[in-house]
Amino acid sequence: MDAFTTHTGRAVPLRRSNVDTDQIIPAVWLKQVSRTGFDKGLFSAWREDPEFVLNQPAYQGASILVSGPDFGTGSSREHAVWALQQYGFRVVIAARFGDIFRNNSTKMGLLPVVLPAETVEALQSAVEADPAIEVTVDLGERRVRWGGESAGFEIDDYTRWRLMEGLDDIGLTLRNADDIATYENGRQPWLPTTV
Amino acid sequence: MGRTLAEKVWEQHVVRRAEGEPDLLYIDLHLVHEVTSPQAFDGLRMAGRKVRRPDLTIATEDHNVPTLVGPITDPVSKTQVETLRKNCAEFGVRLHPMGDAGQGVVHIIGPQFGLTQPGMTIVCGDSHTSTHGAFGGIAFGIGTSEVEHVLATQTLPAYRPKTMAIEVSGELPAGVTAKDLILAIIAKIGTGGGQGYIVEYRGEAIRKLSMEGRMTVCNMSIEAGARAGMIAPDETTFEYLKGRPHAPGGDAWDAAVEYWKSLTTDEDAVFDAVVEIDASTLTPFVTWGTNPGQGAPLGAAVPVPEETDDPAAARRALEYMGLTAGTPLREIAVDTVFVGSCTNGRLEDLRAVAEVLRGRRVVTRTLIVPGSMLVKLQAEKEGLHEVFKAAGAEWREAGCSMCLGMNPDTLAPGERSASTSNRNFEGRQGKGGRTHLVSPAVAAATAVTGKLTAPADLA
Ligand code: SF4
Repeated sequence: MDAFTTHTGRAVPLRRSNVDTDQIIPAVWLKQVSRTGFDKGLFSAWREDPEFVLNQPAYQGASILVSGPDFGTGSSREHAVWALQQYGFRVVIAARFGDIFRNNSTKMGLLPVVLPAETVEALQSAVEADPAIEVTVDLGERRVRWGGESAGFEIDDYTRWRLMEGLDDIGLTLRNADDIATYENGRQPWLPTTV
Repeated sequence: MGRTLAEKVWEQHVVRRAEGEPDLLYIDLHLVHEVTSPQAFDGLRMAGRKVRRPDLTIATEDHNVPTLVGPITDPVSKTQVETLRKNCAEFGVRLHPMGDAGQGVVHIIGPQFGLTQPGMTIVCGDSHTSTHGAFGGIAFGIGTSEVEHVLATQTLPAYRPKTMAIEVSGELPAGVTAKDLILAIIAKIGTGGGQGYIVEYRGEAIRKLSMEGRMTVCNMSIEAGARAGMIAPDETTFEYLKGRPHAPGGDAWDAAVEYWKSLTTDEDAVFDAVVEIDASTLTPFVTWGTNPGQGAPLGAAVPVPEETDDPAAARRALEYMGLTAGTPLREIAVDTVFVGSCTNGRLEDLRAVAEVLRGRRVVTRTLIVPGSMLVKLQAEKEGLHEVFKAAGAEWREAGCSMCLGMNPDTLAPGERSASTSNRNFEGRQGKGGRTHLVSPAVAAATAVTGKLTAPADLA
């Protein structure tokens, strides 16, 4: 995964709540067995509407998605994260995220930023007023800046460190392989196996 | 201070705990299906890693499989299923392929084999893994990166979620089911209400539910945003497990039951949040919108958006659903009825449908899809399939089917369904399709009249 320290780019406001992962990438796109080629599937049903915000010329090339609350609810499909990244997004900002989506994002280096609903709306309005406005998301300082405004966000130290270093979780866990083996020796004897 | 059930199970599985880091949690059972696993196996291959515990891993084909007898015709679906077969062979993972007697929806087969037991940690690259919490374990959905992590290490780094108690007092009235209960709970707390929590369902109404009903409730925990849902094990749980192929036998059974009995929330334990519901006030519940929280009692009308919590979302939902505020829900005509899925594709659900359809005819396209091949076999032993066929319904092979429409079972644009599945998202059952979530009994009665109907409404 690529390290994430700070990112500056243009934003796109998605004024919808409960953007579930079935909308982010509909099930027909999940049949691929590779990790690539999902950008075309991103919001594919909604993108058929020429008025949809991602289709508006002013927002082309934006890399920060600013959504209504409960973004990424529903299905566990990590394809939603791949689709957002492959389309060009580095950050999603919302007041609340689906748990699994947020986990998937941090595994892949897509930064989910939680801001209070009023702040998200203020940012959306600022972007609508001037789509060219630059937004900076600074993970080191845990802060989002735009125009003269700025807002702090919370993220736990461990996830922040992993993202900033671009570290792979499996490699980190395998450093503790001895602990896993010790635990395995003490498991309850009646626990089932699939063999 | 006492501990909650969730805390007990979590603590039992901590492999490593360090200041400022998530816990490293051991995973007792990893369920795998064809959609969320190919990239994970690829990752293992690229890193030269093995599956650490193939003996704690089991795979099935469910999302893509056709429910009419015959091969997969969609070449992309076919490749995905073949990829799973290759991966399972290469990495030594037990697989139940299409046509196999053990095949079925991933969350149906775990409990059916007795692999799902109290006190376990269970994961799957699928959000409805919460189903397995009905046995008193912690079970949750993960993404593909985490699937790869579990395959490689049999562990996951995770922070322990907060705990929420949903206390369901009283008894469910006759004709009101576990599905109605969970739909009512989600409507009450909202699709984000459980976010960050493991929910423990408690109280008299929960204790009285069968294991099937408990699975239906826990299954939809994710639709309230919860990480997992769980129910403390009791005699109903032990009774269900006893004698299943992977349940402990002999002395091991007694030792297991003794431990399982300790898996209850201590009286002096404190939950981070508590929600209370009186089951005796509930009636059949259906959804009118495009998320599972947009639901109402069947006797109500399509709401006025301005009177809901999120008017913009409600307006959008009514537009998508082609509904007008104020229309009684009972007047909504549907084209298709779908019975099945990991929410309501078990034997008890099919029995409830048969009870309504016996001696009646359906007027809609009606698909009845058993959750597994074993459920199919059992239903046929009881003659339920004859009842379905006599009523004019289609009796299919096991799979996810129209729950998400990755196989040929889909809604056409604008087509409306009453569905026993778990998600009424836009396009979930086919692009432009409109879904009303209902219980199996309501699905069956709706098939008979062509409008959203409860069995009690039938003459
Ligand atoms: S039945 Fe539906 S919800 Fe359950 S695993 Fe299959 S697609 Fe997912």
